[in-house]
Amino acid sequence: MSQDTHVRQLIQTNILNKKHISDRFMPKFFFVMAFVSVFTTFGIIITLVTDAAKFFSQVPVAQVFSTKLAPLAAEPSFGILPLITGTIITSMIAMLVAVPVGLTAAIYLSQFASERTRRTLKPIMEVLAGIPTIVYGFFAYSFVTPLLMKLIPTLGAKNALSPGLVMGIMIIPLVASLSEDAMNAVPNIMREGALGLGSTRLEVTFKVVIPAAISGIMSSIVLAVSRAIGETMIVTIASGSSKNFTLDITQSMQTMTAYIVEFTSGDAGSGTVGYYSLYAVGLILFLFTLVMNLIAQHISHKYREEY
Amino acid sequence: MSAAKLEFLREGREDTMLETDQTHAFERYKVKIDSGRIERRVRLNNGLKHLFSLSTVFALVVLAILLYRIGVQSAGWLDLQFLTSNLSRFADKAGIYGAILGTVYLMLIVVPVTLILGVSTAIYLEEYAAKGRIQRFIKVNISNLASVPSVIFGLLGLAVFGRMLNLGSSILAGGLTMSLLVLPTVVVASQEAIKAVPGFLREASYGMGADKWTTIRKVVLPVALPGILTGSILAMSRAIGETAPLVVLGIPTLILKIPDSVMDDFTALPIQIYYWTLDTVLTPEYANLAAATIVVLLAVLFILNSVAIIIRNKFQKRF
Repeated sequence: MSQDTHVRQLIQTNILNKKHISDRFMPKFFFVMAFVSVFTTFGIIITLVTDAAKFFSQVPVAQVFSTKLAPLAAEPSFGILPLITGTIITSMIAMLVAVPVGLTAAIYLSQFASERTRRTLKPIMEVLAGIPTIVYGFFAYSFVTPLLMKLIPTLGAKNALSPGLVMGIMIIPLVASLSEDAMNAVPNIMREGALGLGSTRLEVTFKVVIPAAISGIMSSIVLAVSRAIGETMIVTIASGSSKNFTLDITQSMQTMTAYIVEFTSGDAGSGTVGYYSLYAVGLILFLFTLVMNLIAQHISHKYREEY
Repeated sequence: MSAAKLEFLREGREDTMLETDQTHAFERYKVKIDSGRIERRVRLNNGLKHLFSLSTVFALVVLAILLYRIGVQSAGWLDLQFLTSNLSRFADKAGIYGAILGTVYLMLIVVPVTLILGVSTAIYLEEYAAKGRIQRFIKVNISNLASVPSVIFGLLGLAVFGRMLNLGSSILAGGLTMSLLVLPTVVVASQEAIKAVPGFLREASYGMGADKWTTIRKVVLPVALPGILTGSILAMSRAIGETAPLVVLGIPTLILKIPDSVMDDFTALPIQIYYWTLDTVLTPEYANLAAATIVVLLAVLFILNSVAIIIRNKFQKRF
């Protein structure tokens, strides 16, 4: 009898000890750690919104939506339109390269290529995706721009065309691998059904696989746009810092990201309107990419066909 | 069912289906086979197949040109003197010793911070969190954080670490900013690795009387370690190549002093490439210096990725 209580006591104290040290403390510790990522998001939103608010309170709205951007002039003007057109135009050039090349590469890899070709080509695409953007920036400025200058004599040393093209090349692997995943997720039964009815592989691709994988393909394109908008170093190096409002892709344009980089490296004094303008531009950039990502998530959840 | 066959059935003449003279049957039931059309379809299929394969070849060619160009431009500039001497105004005396050290110091902060934060977050999400709102909220948050442009992280670092905590553009500020940037990668990789640990291992551990934390510490984490390491090496290689956040933090152009504590200003490999590329207008030789630095950077990334692949193939147990 006495031995029995002894064992029970041991179990009791053991349970108490465990509860005390690990089962009570560790979950809380991990919970706090997991919330660091949430704090980061809130940190981003709070810093962007508070400093952008100071900017918008000091600069009239009419000026913000004007085409005149001259932050360092004697009478500074903070029109944001040149930055927005610069961002949209370079991103559009990038998409014109990345979407056709990326999609057809995905079609080739997932529908036509043999398993062996696929296994050699895919890693090469991944290498292309792993190269730091600063290297692409150097490539655009020191190789692609001089090359294009031979074709287009009026091209400026800094222009929107060259970084746009190189950015497109950088994004090809993203479009290719995400759309390939989407196409591979289409069940083989559907493919075999169409092939059995006498379709060629091409017809199977365009009439069966792509319609079935369209949600994944669309969301890969939207993610690619978001990536192009947020891309910084390529455009900073090769597109320059002209703040003129222009639609001419042979001339220098500044994107939102390039403006942030130029202005911070120029030591904008804390508390000036110029310093706050960084955060206003950052906020707009953040909203652009956030909306793009939400659209991509929405497309892939809502329009996904389940088989 | 084709129209021709329907007609067979309707007329109750299934027996004629066995007719061996095919052309005769096709003619009788007005089914035409346009062999030219089939040929066109096949030809289109083959033609476009080759066109599509060109897209992948294009990516390959660009990669080859990029590597070749950088190789040519760096030839003759990349030597021991370049690796071991510090920055200089004179192109032929300049080296990247300081930048290499800066990158190493940066990683000494990024690696432990992201490992602790990332693995803990993954453990919480996979082992402790109840399926519900909080878990979903954190997951959605992490996937959104992963797609925030890196330059925005630079702004966060500038406001919080640089100005609010007064760390300026020190190694510590840069390292913490970079850690937050690559945190989502480490979290997702660790989550996958923990998810892949089979349930029977956990159950065996519980069956032996171990509590949850002991099970995680002695069973789940050791099994998941190769996956976690692979993920964090990939995150690290991203942090090494990332430029924008550091530039936004305001890393100065010319640092002639080698950093000796985490509070010192510093330069890193990608920053060096950036400034040399910008200054090629004044000194054309800087392009060669930038190319040589790129070779060093790509070599480091190549080694890191190879290590990640080796770990993945060699140590990952399949159950």
